[in-house]
Amino acid sequence: MSHLPVIRRGLMAAGTALALALGGPTGALAQTPPGVLIVGQIAEPKALDPAAVTAVNDFRILMNLYDGLVRYKDGTLEVEPALATGWEISEDGTVYTFTLRKGVTFHDGSPFNAQAVKFNFDRMLDESHPFHDTGPFPLAFFFSAVDSVEAVDDLTVRFTLNAPYAPFLSNLAYPTGLIVSPAAVEQHGADFGRNPSGTGPFTFAEWRSNEAVVVEANAGYWDGAPELQAVVFRPITDANTRTAEMLAGGIDLMVEVPPVALSEFQGDQYEVHEQAGPHVWFLILNAKEGPFADKRLRQAANYAVNKTALVDEVLEGTAEVAAGPTPPAFAWAYNEDLEPYPYDPDKARALIAEAGAEGAELTFYVTEGGSGMLDPVAMGTAIQADLEAVGFDVKIETYEWNTFLGEVNPGLEGKADMAEMAWMTNDPDTLPFLALRTEAWPDKGGFNSGYYSNPKVDELLEAARVATDQAERARLYKEMQTIVQEDAPWVFVANWKQNAVTSDKVENFTLQPSFFLLLDDVVKN
Amino acid sequence: MTGYILKRLLSAIPVLLGITVIVFLIMALIPGDPATAILGSYATPENVEKLNRDLGLDKTLVQQYFIWLGNMAQGDFGTSFALNRPVLDEVLERFNATLVLAGTAFVLCSLLGILAGVISAANQYGWADRAITFVVLLGISIPSFFLGMMMILFFAVNLRLFPVSGMWPIYGARDLSALISHLTMPALALAVVATGVIARLSRSAMLEVLRQDFIRTARAKGVHERGVIWRHALKAAMVSIIPVLGIQAGFVLSGAVYIEIVFQWPGVGRMLVDAILKRDILLVQGGVVFVAACYVLFNIMVDVAQSLLDPRIKT
Repeated sequence: MSHLPVIRRGLMAAGTALALALGGPTGALAQTPPGVLIVGQIAEPKALDPAAVTAVNDFRILMNLYDGLVRYKDGTLEVEPALATGWEISEDGTVYTFTLRKGVTFHDGSPFNAQAVKFNFDRMLDESHPFHDTGPFPLAFFFSAVDSVEAVDDLTVRFTLNAPYAPFLSNLAYPTGLIVSPAAVEQHGADFGRNPSGTGPFTFAEWRSNEAVVVEANAGYWDGAPELQAVVFRPITDANTRTAEMLAGGIDLMVEVPPVALSEFQGDQYEVHEQAGPHVWFLILNAKEGPFADKRLRQAANYAVNKTALVDEVLEGTAEVAAGPTPPAFAWAYNEDLEPYPYDPDKARALIAEAGAEGAELTFYVTEGGSGMLDPVAMGTAIQADLEAVGFDVKIETYEWNTFLGEVNPGLEGKADMAEMAWMTNDPDTLPFLALRTEAWPDKGGFNSGYYSNPKVDELLEAARVATDQAERARLYKEMQTIVQEDAPWVFVANWKQNAVTSDKVENFTLQPSFFLLLDDVVKN
Repeated sequence: MTGYILKRLLSAIPVLLGITVIVFLIMALIPGDPATAILGSYATPENVEKLNRDLGLDKTLVQQYFIWLGNMAQGDFGTSFALNRPVLDEVLERFNATLVLAGTAFVLCSLLGILAGVISAANQYGWADRAITFVVLLGISIPSFFLGMMMILFFAVNLRLFPVSGMWPIYGARDLSALISHLTMPALALAVVATGVIARLSRSAMLEVLRQDFIRTARAKGVHERGVIWRHALKAAMVSIIPVLGIQAGFVLSGAVYIEIVFQWPGVGRMLVDAILKRDILLVQGGVVFVAACYVLFNIMVDVAQSLLDPRIKT
C-alpha cells in the first residue's frame, strides 16, 4: 500500500537481490501469443465512453478505439487533421467550420457525418438532449465556450463559440472531444460505456470486469489498419505486482514504472521509454499573508530548494527540473530563455536576512499520493530539510489526496503558507488561466489557492486566450512565463517524464508527450 | 433448535441497521467527496456543484440515507460512480472471488492448524512439537503481504511455476486447473497466519482435554493411542476450537484485502480499498453492508454448530 513506500522499497530491493541470487528466469509459463499486445494498466477503467471519463488510465484505451475531429501530431502537442480534413476560423475567432473526412464509418457500421458530430456535442452540452442522461459528463466544460453546433451539409460542421477561445482546437484533440457512434448510444443508452463504438484503429471486443479489456484490429481503418491483431488492457493496480508481471512475461508493455523498479529493466530483453509531458510539479506559496507575501522570501524558497537533488535522488531521474509555470512539452509556447532558479542557499539566506525573516514559521501541506503527485511525502520531507537549512522553520501537515484537495482548493488563507501541487494539461492556456490570474482566486471559482495577483499577467493571459494566431499566443505566453518566474508565486520544482517498458518482442512503440498510448503502429513478434 | 436459530437471526437485524448508519455516516464525514475525486485538478466549486447535482448528492444527509435504505430494502444498491455499473452486480461478482480465495484459505488453515495442533499436543515437548512450534511462530510473525510478494518473486518471476496475479488466465481455458494455478499462492499466503493461530490454540485445547479423566479411562480400557487422540480427545477439544475458527474466519476475510491487492485478486477487499480512495460512496456502503451481513450470518452458523456439539450452550 502506498503509505509504506520506504518499507516496500526495501522489500523490493531485498527481493531483487534474492531473485538475482536464484539466477534469473527459467520456465515459460506466461508467454503471450504473437500479434496480441498485453498492456499492464494502472486501474480498471470507469467506462469506455470518452465524454464520461476523466482519468489518463481510461484515455489510454479510448485513444485506440476512437478518433477526434483533430489530433496531436506524432511526438508533439500541436494539432493536425483527423476526422476533419481541414477547418476555417472566422476573423473574430468565434466560428469554426470543419470539413469532414469522406467514407468513414463507425465500428457498428453507421456512417460518420456532420449529424454524428452534432449529436456528440449536443449530448454533452445540451441538458434537454434525449441522451444527455447517459452522463454525467464531468469534463463537458472543456467545450463550455460552444454556443451551437450546426450540420451545414453531410460533411461540413460549424461550431459557434460565445467568445473567442484559443484552446478550442487543442481541447478537440483531447479525449473528451473523441467522436462516438450516435447509433450505438441510441442502442445502449447508459450502457454505452460498456458497449463502445467509434471510428478508431481498434474495435471493442470484450470487457471482463477487473480482468481485461480486449480490442481487435479494425481492418478498414481510414488511416491504415494496425499491425497488431489485438490488444489486451489488464488492470494491475499494485505497481510492484505490475513489475513482477512484466518480469514474468505476463505483460508486454507496462506504463508508469515505479522509479525504484527501473533498474530491473536494464537488460536486452526490455526497452525503457521516456517522454517528458505537459506536467508541472510545484509548491503553491501563500502570497496573501505570512512570510510569502514578501516576494523576496518567495524567491528565497526557490533558491533554497535543491531541485536537481529532488529529481535525481528522490525521483530517480524520472523528472526534469522545472524553470517556470509552463512545461517545456508545450514546445511552441515554452520560453526557452528561462533558466531554473539555481540551488543557492547563500542567496536564499541573504534574501531572508534582507527581509528580516530569519526563523519564520511555515506550515506546509503535503499529500500522501494523488494524480501526478509523484512521490509527495519523500519530496515534501526533502523540501522541508532544504528550507530549514536556510533558516525557515517548517511544519509539515500530511493529508490523504481527496482531503488534501478539499483543504487546498478553497485557498490557503488562515491555514498554510505552502502546499504541494501538480497539474497535467493539454493546452498552455489551462493551468495559468485557472491558477495564476487574479480572477481565478478560490472565492471566484478558480485554483489560485496562493492568491497571486499581477495585473500584467492577467492581461497577457486574457489576450492569449482570445488570440487565434499561434505565433501571437506564443509571444504572450512567453512574456507571462518571464514575469511569473520573477514574481515566484510558486516554487517551480519538476516536470515529470512519463515512462513505459516494453519487452524485446515489441517494436515501433513510442510514448507521446500527451501521455496518451497510441498503438496503431506497434508490432509484436 | 429452530427457535434458537430464529432468535439469533432476529437479533441480527438491529446489528445490520446499526452498520448501515455507521458506514453511511463515515462516508458522509470523511473529507473529500466523489465529485472532487472524479474531477481531480478540475474540481472548481462550480464543476463540483454541477456534478454533485448529476450524482444526486445535493440532497440532505437524512434524505440520502433513507433513499439509500429504502432502495436497498427493494434490492437496489444503486450504481457505482467510479465503475458505472450496478453496485450489487459488482459486489456479488467480487464477493464470489473473495469466497473462493478466503474459503480455500480457511479450509487450508483449519485442516493444517488443527493437524499441527493435535500432533504438537500428542508429542508434547517432543521434537515434532518443537519443530511445529518453531514453524508456527515463524508463520505468525511474517506479514502476509510480504510473504505474498516473496512468493511472487520466487515462484512466479524466477521459477515461473505459477502466474503472478489475477484469478483466470488472459488466454486459454477457464477450468479448474487454471483456477488452482492462480489460487495456490494467494491462498497459501493468506492461510499462513491463521494456521499458526489455530495450531497454537488447538495445541492448548488438546493438552487440556488430554489431562482429563475420561482420557485416562479410555487409555485404561485399551483404546489405541490414535483413537484416544483423534476420536475421544479431539471431539472434546473441538468445542473450544470452533469459536477460534469462527474468529479466524473473520481474520482471513479481512486479511484477504492485502492479499487481493498483492495478487490482483478481483475480490471484494481490493474493490473496497479502490472504492474508498475514489470516494465511490454507494459501492463502499453496499460492499460493507453486504460483507457485514455475511459475517453476521457466519457467526450465527458458528454459534449453532457449537450448540450442536455442546447442548449446554443453547439458551
